Formats: sequence, structure tokens, C-alpha cells
Amino acid sequence: MEKEILLGDEAVALAAIHAGLTAAYSYPGTPATEIMEYLIKVAAKTGGLKASWSVNEKVAYEEALGVSFAGKRVLVSMKHVGLNVAADPFMNSALTGTNGGLAVVVADDPSMHSSQNEQDSRYYAQFALIFCFEPSDHQEAYDMTRCAFDLSEELGIPVMVRLVTRLSHSRSSVEPGAARKENELHHGAGQDWTLLPVNARRRFKILLEKQAELVRLSEESGFNSLVLNEDDRSVGVIASGIAYNYVRENLRDIRRGPSLLKIGTYPLPQKLVETLVRHVDTVLVVEEGYPFIEKNLRGTFGLPGKILNGKLTGHLPLQGELSPEIVRAALGLKPLERLKVAEFEPAARPPQLCQGCPHADTFHALNRVLQDYPGANVFSDIGCYTLGAFPPYRAVQTCVCMGASVSMAKGGAEAGIFPSVAVIGDSTFGHSGLTPLLEAAAAKTNMTVIILDNSTVAMTGGQPSYASGESLLRMIEGLGVPKEHIRVIEPLPKNLEKNARVIQEEIDHNGISVIVAVRECLVEARKKRRSG
Amino acid sequence: MKQDIILAGVGGQGILSIAFVIDSAALKEGLMVKQAEVHGMSQRGGAVQSHLRLSEERIFSDLIPKGEADLILSVEPLETLRYLDYLRPEGALISSRSPFVNIPDYPDPEKILSAISQAGRHLLIDSEELARQAGSSRTQNMVMLGAASGLLMVKKENLVEFIEILFKPRGENIVLANLKAFELGRKAAGLLAGKK
Repeated sequence: MEKEILLGDEAVALAAIHAGLTAAYSYPGTPATEIMEYLIKVAAKTGGLKASWSVNEKVAYEEALGVSFAGKRVLVSMKHVGLNVAADPFMNSALTGTNGGLAVVVADDPSMHSSQNEQDSRYYAQFALIFCFEPSDHQEAYDMTRCAFDLSEELGIPVMVRLVTRLSHSRSSVEPGAARKENELHHGAGQDWTLLPVNARRRFKILLEKQAELVRLSEESGFNSLVLNEDDRSVGVIASGIAYNYVRENLRDIRRGPSLLKIGTYPLPQKLVETLVRHVDTVLVVEEGYPFIEKNLRGTFGLPGKILNGKLTGHLPLQGELSPEIVRAALGLKPLERLKVAEFEPAARPPQLCQGCPHADTFHALNRVLQDYPGANVFSDIGCYTLGAFPPYRAVQTCVCMGASVSMAKGGAEAGIFPSVAVIGDSTFGHSGLTPLLEAAAAKTNMTVIILDNSTVAMTGGQPSYASGESLLRMIEGLGVPKEHIRVIEPLPKNLEKNARVIQEEIDHNGISVIVAVRECLVEARKKRRSG
Repeated sequence: MKQDIILAGVGGQGILSIAFVIDSAALKEGLMVKQAEVHGMSQRGGAVQSHLRLSEERIFSDLIPKGEADLILSVEPLETLRYLDYLRPEGALISSRSPFVNIPDYPDPEKILSAISQAGRHLLIDSEELARQAGSSRTQNMVMLGAASGLLMVKKENLVEFIEILFKPRGENIVLANLKAFELGRKAAGLLAGKK
């Protein structure tokens, strides 16, 4: 097939379609969003494929399990922290096993370009005892995703594809292969999928017994390669995923450089690692994310008789993503010559709320009221509105994980904080805010929840929200919040006084209140106008 | 032969549109392409950049190494200065001279322009005025692409073809405004280069 230029995310999506995908599920999150965006576009054009945004990652994963149970191929994708939300079904799915191929695509965000942490999903793959691919480029993202489906069916376990921001959000050309048909409907064996202790013990034993085969498959995989330098046995490099590119960028002539082991599959290809380590005196491990390979190699006692360098020894930084320069220094090469310029430290230009954003108006009203309460705290959540932490607003004091604003406001209130306010967006509320509000309503906690209903998932580019508009109001009432304390405001500059009054009244109410600030995201409104 | 380009600007200025046009032209000409871009939180009015690499040979890193960039092409002067240490010693700068002020501590624009002027081979383009002449203030990105087009290793006619493809869904007027912006930028660069 003809080459096309794709994002790393899109290469994964296209591979899944060509692998005979029946359905795909995801929740928006940078840098994984574009996988589902691509699938939805294709599904709208061709029909047949089920591709849709889920209410959260746990639900997405469970939907995917249902598809796999039915014998069909399915993809579930998310950002790294999304796998925390889906960790329960993820861990158990290694025991239930898969019937139709299940590819779990997780995009890590080293350097936290758009995230709260830089956790490394390879640990999750190891934790669940499943196979994991780590592509170094777009073609591998495509090829490995195709393999992931085959391997999932061959081994009867989910298979992970681990991406990182710089691959997810980089474009390059991909040469696709021939498309395969969908699987036939074929139910899974109930006794394997019913994880009662008696079944779970049997299934865990089977999973453990598969581990040797996983290592063997990793050792035989064409995605790993070892080049030994027979003349110079001083240094060997182990590089995985896109870290391999940074090594090759600096060592273009592979025959003249140090011995080099490229890793693209996990569990580690033990024999290849052993061959390299035996061959050299010093091993440098270069990997994007946590020192995962390095720790596996080092164990507790290190490598006897060898020097092992990497992130744990300070040869590479433990925090932040790698770059060609960082890897260059670790390889002992001198920096490239650069343009000489006068020192000029450009002022930082952090992201900020758009001009006229409805969130800004809500923050102005909230700040107006809270200036009279030095003991107030505003717990916030994940979305554009987290930018309300920056000046000129300085309106929120926390951002931890999806839905945490509501639960933390309850905890804060119970510890004695007053007013205890939660600020959460409509989609985040649908993702993980409903359950804590159910509890806070039952407990009649003295707190005020402000739901910013801009009717979209704005930060990731405008995906649909499940908890917006009239149905959001009915949900809040259904959760047990008294109707007279569910208030709707329209965040506009002209409504500042009126909105501040509503917020004041609900803070004065000794119990649970929910204020819904309703105004459409400007960016989305503009998009709609443009597309007519 | 290869060309490494840092595209810079502020979220919303259309950096990725410039990248799309160059990428597509390069693919058509059989070149290898890698282009790292920024999505998510940073796009909300923050500094954005894209590393665009074109080559006749295999490209490894998605990011351009510091000291490898042949060109910085920037739609905003302050953003131009953020990436100077990516340029190779004989690298070139093509920058808009029109500031986009959305931060309280935006430096004195004259100081910015003078810092750019001291940085080797450079070209400063009044992209705001040229975009206005093209009929839409939103075409500054295509003005800048036009200004750089003479230096790029892809052909002008291929750039034009993909500008048409990119803006076609938004209607003929938008296509024409962007093509005009491209031509105005190209002409301005030619005049400026001629003056030196």
C-alpha cells in the first residue's frame, strides 16, 4: 500500500483497522487522544467499525474486554495515568485472558507536557505479567500494533503497546500492510472469565506458566537487534523505543560505534541482554521514562565485574524526557557546535485560558466571594480550568486526578475547611465526579461543587461530554442533591454580580450545593460555526 | 541532503498548518519526513514549536539536536529567540516582526528585534501587515511560509498545491487569502534579500 504521513498515534490506529478491528474504546487524554480521533474519523466514513469515546478509562477497558470475550479484535487506548483508572480490569484481564485479540495502547508523557506525573507503563505490563511492545518509530508503531493483535490471540492475554509523547505526536511516513478481516463471533469460555477464587487460582497458574514463552517470543522478536563490535569491547549500549533513535542520531555509522542492543519488546530478551553484557566491560542503558531496563539488569547486587551506567548513576537524568543532546553527552561525545548568540532569556509564555473563556468569568465571580473567606479552599480537577491556578486568577489550589476535586472537597470540609469548594468540568464530572457527589449528597457535607459545563472535553480538542446540559442537571438531582441547591449560572462578564450572589448563597447554605456554570467552550463554538 | 527546521509561534497561530504543507510537499517529492509537534495543554495560548526534519536519508531522532537546525521559521518574534541554540553556526532565522502580546512581562519589542538582528543570517517580516493585505489576519502563518519558501528544499509549486488542499474545506475565499499571503511573504523575502 501507498506510504502516508501519520502521527505515531494514527499509525497505531491504522494498524488496528488493518488488523481486523471490530471496536475501539478510549477516554481523551494527551498524548493518546489522536488514536481514537483517527478511528472515529474512519468509522464515520466506512461504517462497520465501532469507535467511540467512553465515559472513563475503566469503562473503556471493560467494554474492550466484552468485545474480546465475544472473540472479536479490540483496541483500548489511553494516556498513562488513564491506566491507573483502568488498573482494576487491566490487572484482572491478564487472568481472564483474551478470546479476540486485545491491544492496550498506553501513551506515556515523560517531561509532563500535559500530565500530572511521568509514570512508566512498562511497569504495568510487567506487573500484569503481559507482553509489551515499545516502538521506536512510526513504522514500528504500525507493525507492532498489528503484531499485538496476533500475539494476544496466540498467547491468550492482552498485549500492551507503549508509546511516548514524542512518538505519539510526531509525524512520519508509514507503509501499511494488507488489511485482514474481522473475527467471527465466538464466546469466551465462562469458567476462564469468572474470576471466583477457584477459577482465578487456576488462571493465575496458567499465566505464570506462560512467562517462559513470553521471554522466548521476546528473544526471537525481529523488533530487537544486537550489533556487536568485535574490535572494541569497552562499551555496549542498550537502547529501547525512541531512545534508540537518539543513540543512532549521534552514532550514525553503527559499525564503528559501541556494541548496540535495540530493545522493542518486553519481557526483556534475556539472551540478547546476556550476550551484550558478556561482550563488553561497560553497559550504558538509554531508555525513555523510568530506569526500567536498568533496574531489571542491576537487580540488588548489580552486574558483577561490569560497570552499568544509566539514569541511576547520573549518566542520564531520572526526570524528564531524553533528547539528542542528553544522549550525546551520555555517549561521551562533545556537543555539536551551535550558533553563537548574545544571552537573551525570553519571558516564559505558559498556556492560558482563551480570551473570553467562560471559565474566567466563573473564576472572577468565585474570587469575588472568597476574598472575604481567608480559610476557603478551592479543590480543582483536570481540564482547561486547571489553568485557573495561574495568575491573574489564582482561583484554585489543587489538581490531583480525575474527579478528585469533589472527593477532596468532602474530605477538606470534614477536616474543618470552610468554605470547601470543588471546581470540576462537565466531562471530568462524568468521568469520576458522580460517585463522590453521590456520597457527599448522602452525607449532606457542607461543601459547594461548581461544575463548569462548557459541553465538551476542551483541553484535548473538543470530544463529546457525557455529563452536560439538561441531563447533567437530572444526574445531580438523581444523586441526591436537594433541588433548591442545584443552581445554574451563565458565566458572562455582565453577570458577575448576579453569579457572585448565587455562589454566596450556596456557601451560606449549610450542606451540599451544586452550581452549574453553563456556557459553551469558545473554541468549540467557533469550530461549529466554521463547519456550518 | 537534509533540512532541519524549527517552526515556532504561539498556540493558535497555525504552526501545524505550516508543518502540514511542508510535510506533504516533502512526501510528494519522495523525501523522508519527521515532524514532532505539540498538542494538549500547551496549545492554549502558550509557546508552541514543531521540529520538522526533511532528508534524503533515514531520519532517526524526532527532535532536532541542538546545533543541527538549518532554519528557524517563526510566526512570532519572542518565540524566535526561544530556540536560537538549536541553530547550526551558519543557520538562518526567518521571523515575523509582529509581536503577539498575551503575557504581562512581554519584553520591549525593539529589544527582541535587535536580539534577532544580532543572530547571524536573519530576515524579519511584517507578517501582520502582509496578512492584512492578503485579506485575513489569520494568514500570518502562510506569509511566513511564503517568506521561507525560497530557502526550503521542497518545490514552491508543491507548497502551493498543499495550501490549496489544506484550506479547501473552508471555502474559496480562505484559499485565495492564504495563497495571496504566501505570495506576499515570498515577495517580501525576495525584496529584503535583494536589498542586502
